Formats: sequence, structure tokens, C-alpha cells
Amino acid sequence: MRTGQDSLRSKYRALTDGAATGVAILSTLLVIVPLIAIFIYLIIKGASSLSINFFTQIPKPVGEEGGGMANAIVGSAILLSIGSLIGIPIGIAGGIFLAEFGRGSKLANAIRFTADVLNGVPSIVMGIAIYSLIVIPAHNFSGYSGGVALGIMMIPTVCRTTEEMLLMVPHSVREAALALGVPNWRSVLSITLKTASPGVITGCMLAFARVAGETAPLIFTAFGNSNWTVNPNEAMAALPLQIYVYALSPYDEWHKLAWAGSLVLIVLIVAAVSLVRYVTSRGVLKGAS
Amino acid sequence: MVTPNVSESPATQSTTEHEVLSPGAGGAQMQTVPVAEASAIRRFLLSRGNSAIADKGFHWLMVICALSIFGIVLLIAYELLQRSQLAWSKFGLGFFFSVFTDPDTHLPSYWDPVNGHFSALPFLYGTVLSSFLALLFAVPLVIGTAVFLTEMCPQRLRGPLAFLTELLAAIPSVIYGLWAVFVLVPILRENVNPILVKTLGWTTLFNDDNPTGLGYMSSGIILAVMILPIISSLTREVMSAVPGSQREAVLALGATRWEMIRMGVLRNARIGIVGAVILGLGRALGETMAVTMVIGNSTDLPVSLLKSHSLLANGSSMASVIANQFSEASDDLHLSALMEIGLALFVVTIIVNALARMLVWMVTRGTPAQRN
Repeated sequence: MRTGQDSLRSKYRALTDGAATGVAILSTLLVIVPLIAIFIYLIIKGASSLSINFFTQIPKPVGEEGGGMANAIVGSAILLSIGSLIGIPIGIAGGIFLAEFGRGSKLANAIRFTADVLNGVPSIVMGIAIYSLIVIPAHNFSGYSGGVALGIMMIPTVCRTTEEMLLMVPHSVREAALALGVPNWRSVLSITLKTASPGVITGCMLAFARVAGETAPLIFTAFGNSNWTVNPNEAMAALPLQIYVYALSPYDEWHKLAWAGSLVLIVLIVAAVSLVRYVTSRGVLKGAS
Repeated sequence: MVTPNVSESPATQSTTEHEVLSPGAGGAQMQTVPVAEASAIRRFLLSRGNSAIADKGFHWLMVICALSIFGIVLLIAYELLQRSQLAWSKFGLGFFFSVFTDPDTHLPSYWDPVNGHFSALPFLYGTVLSSFLALLFAVPLVIGTAVFLTEMCPQRLRGPLAFLTELLAAIPSVIYGLWAVFVLVPILRENVNPILVKTLGWTTLFNDDNPTGLGYMSSGIILAVMILPIISSLTREVMSAVPGSQREAVLALGATRWEMIRMGVLRNARIGIVGAVILGLGRALGETMAVTMVIGNSTDLPVSLLKSHSLLANGSSMASVIANQFSEASDDLHLSALMEIGLALFVVTIIVNALARMLVWMVTRGTPAQRN
């Protein structure tokens, strides 16, 4: 009697265990499926509409054959350069403060927390804040304002990863530098930061990849432009913006261009992320392989 | 660690500070006398070098850059507050729940730029509903995935699978939107929605009054896909932070693997998992592009006690109405109302994120707490 109950119970437990395993595997598959579906669609639809024109021509009016996104690609490059010029130095400096000067202090904890929270602020909010800060006073949409919006979005990510990487640098390295009479600022920049550079670069690439696909902060700042421009004082096209506009248009040709643009964008981003992954797998500190 | 400016602090204090702040660096021997001596030498060198001014300048430059993060948050808040003054003074708190009556049709109206009536109620509803649907779909999947990846998966598969789920996070929002518009929505429209209406129509949650396939349901699904990676990576992090001894203890009592996961892992990690889910919620609340592309962008509230509250109806979320109408906002009041929605979104996401960060910290910092 007793043994019967026991074996029933252990059977039930084994069954639950098996069911839980099955559910876990199933949910992992369900998570992977949309990813694979998105990639397959991007490759099939994107590759079939990709051509040389895409990279060399600017958008053409509806109905005309051809047309590309050369202006959007260049626009994205300019916007991202402005963004990186703002976001990366400030982010790295913030990270240096958190890791080298403020470690454990209340101020550093507050800044770290604020950076994490800023990371979660929706990009559209960033967009309208920059609109109100730069676009309204200047009375025109501009590449600069878009770049600033992207740069601000990069700061928290760069700052936090820099901090984490600097924390991994052993103290002996810093002390060796100081013992040789190297000034502190020099020691931080050429010794500590340099030792952590692969990791810091990784963080910058991640931040870059993240803002490269941002559309929401650009709608009201860079605004988009169907003409060729490299002047950041004018409204400027960007790849994600162009994809958004084309995807919502009713024209098939534009839909195709949107798919092609998405493929280009995702290839750039995945390349950046994979590079990061490759670099980090080889060690985040210089000399540690 | 290097703090040249606090030159008057005694060497002993510096020693203790060092012990506290070098997590796990090299064990116990490194953290005793030699460090104190090194600090004394360092201070000596720093105080006599002619680099003191450069060092001070460098220090303050770093402080200023770090403080700029505060500055950014304050600046955003200030700009939004200032620009939303007009709507705030006109509608007050009623902005978020009032209902107006259209002078022509005598129907309830919420968002009427022509007559100057603005109420954010439909967008609050849209944001809450789509985010809730997203969590409903995403959370079970995430827990299953995290359990599989941390506890069951063969070592060889773990890296690539984790990489794949993180790749989901790298896909831009607008590409999710594109995919949703051309792939997901047609599937829902042709295959899923008719079945939902037929089998679950009696709940009145699925009324087929929307032939487009867009709506709250579609945006909930695409949001679920988009917040999966962030929840999943954090959940995995908190689950791996559970000490192995917990697992071994439960297994030693004769538990099966699932019982071990339930009692040893999930129970210990539950606060962190809740934190991860709230962080995902923060993402979902502010997600703009994909939602704008599939939610249908109606400024009506498809809810009335008598009629319907279909999940398949068109709507708008707070973020999507900003994205849609901001560049068309003709008069100051309209712009101001949109700014106020932005401000509300800002405040809500800050609260949600702060809450989530604290919960995640409680768990991941909880394990190495002995160190501090």
C-alpha cells in the first residue's frame, strides 16, 4: 500500500519534472522563432530589393523606377558621428569618475543610479526634449539637434560599461604607474584606461549600435530630408527615419526600399555586436588573452 | 580609488577604504600593510609633483562630465515642464481622465484639436493595455527560457542561444515595426483573429469590428517580442546569482530537477525576476516606433460599459500619439498637450525604472553583500 503510494508519487514527480523541461524547451523555441523569422524575412525581402542604386541614388518621386537611400546612409553616418563625438567622451569621463574618483561615495552611487534610470527614459521623450531645447529656439530642424539627441542617449551606456571595465583593472597596475612618478591624470588615461580599452571600446560599440537604429528621437530633430545634404544645419535624412516613412507609405516600391534599408541597417548593427562579442571573448583587458 | 585630493586622510583610513573597495582583488594578503605604505608613498609623490594642478583639473573635468548626467535629466524635466505649462494650466489634473462632449455629435470625445479639447485618457488606456498584454505574453516565455538556459541547457548550446536572445535586443524598433506591419499583422488578420472572435467572442474582448488587423493586440504581441531580451538577460543574471549551494542542498534532499529549480532557484531569485519584469515594463511603456506602426492610431477610446472593449480595436499609446501628431500640431495648446503626455511618460518611466533597478540590485548585490 505504502510503496504503491510512494511509487505513484515519484511517478508524478518525474512527470512534473519532464513537463517542466518540455515547457522550458518550448518557450526557448518560441523566443527564438520570431528572431529567425525576422532575419529570414529581412534577408529574402531585403536582398531581393537591394541594388547598386540603393547606395548611390537619392530617393525618387513615387512612380519613377530606381532611387535609393544614399542621402539617408550619409545622413545616418553624420548624425552618428555627431552623437559619438558628444556621447563617447562624456560617457567615458563619467565612467572614469565613477570608477577612479568617486568609488563608494554617495555622489557616485547617485550618478550611477541616475545613469541607469536615464537609460530607461523613452527615446521619444528625449526627442521632444531636444526639440524644445534646440529646434524651437533655432526655428529649424537640423542634423545637429538629431546628433545631440543620439549623443545624450549614448552617455549612460558608455558611462556604465566604462566604469565596469575600469573596475576590472587590478590595483597593482595603477600603483606601479604612480610609483614611477606618473601624474595621476596620466596614469588614469594612459595606464588604467588603456588597459581596459578593449572593454571600453566594446561599450562604445554597443551604445553606437543601440542608437544607430533609433528613429523616435530623430522624427522631430533631424526630421528627414529627401534631398542630398551634408550640412548638419539643415534637416537631414537618416536610415531608420527613411525606413519608417517608407514602411507606412502605400507604395510597393517604397516598401521594397524599406526592406532593403532594414537589411543594411541590421547588417551594420549585427556586425558591430558580433565584433564586440568577438573582442570580449578574447578578454576585456589588454594583454589578457 | 586614487584620491589625491583628500590628502589629509590618515593612512589607516586609506587602508580600510582599500579593503572595502577592491572586491575580491587578490585575496587577503594584498589588502594589509603594503597597501597602506603604497598610499603613503603615493601621497608623497603626488604632493611634491608639479602635476598637482593638472591632476586637480582632470579630477574636476571628470566630475563635471559625471554631473552632466544629472544635468541631462533635470534639463529634460525642465523643458517638458515649461512647454506643457499651457495644457497644464488649462486642464489641470483632469487632463488625464476627463471626458468631453463633442458639440456636434454629442458623443463623448477625448482628443479634439479642432475644438481645443485634450484628454490623455485614451492614450493612458492604450499604453497600459498594450504593455499589460506584452507582459502577459512575455513573462511566461522568459521564465521558461531563463530556466532552460541557466539550468537545463547543455553547455555547448548555452552561449549561442544566449547570444541569439541578445541579438533580439539589437534589432531596431523600426525594423520590428516593419516586420509587424508586413508579416505579423497579416497573419493575425487572416488566421488568428477570426479564430479568436469565433471561440472567445463571448467574452466581448474579441469583437471583430476591426478588419485591419492592427490594434492593441498586435502592438501587445510585438512589444512582447521586443521586451523579451531585456527581461531574459536580467532574469538569467539573477538566477545565476543564486548560490550553487542552494541548488545542491535541494538536490541532496532528493528533489527532482524541476523541484530544485522551483524551490532552490526561482524562490531565491523571485525579487530579482520581478525587478527584471518591471524593467521590461518600463521599456514597453515608452516603446514608440513599432507600436506607432501597428496600434492603429485612433484617438478614440474603444471602451464603454455597454458597447465593447475589444482588444482588437484600433487605439493609440502615449508614445505613439506623440510620434504621430507632434509634427502636425498646429496650435500651441495641441503642442503643449503632447508635451504634457511626454512629461507624464518621462515621470512614469523614471519611477518604474528606479523601482526595477532597486529590486534587481537587492538580489544581485545581495549575494556579494558579505564583501561590503
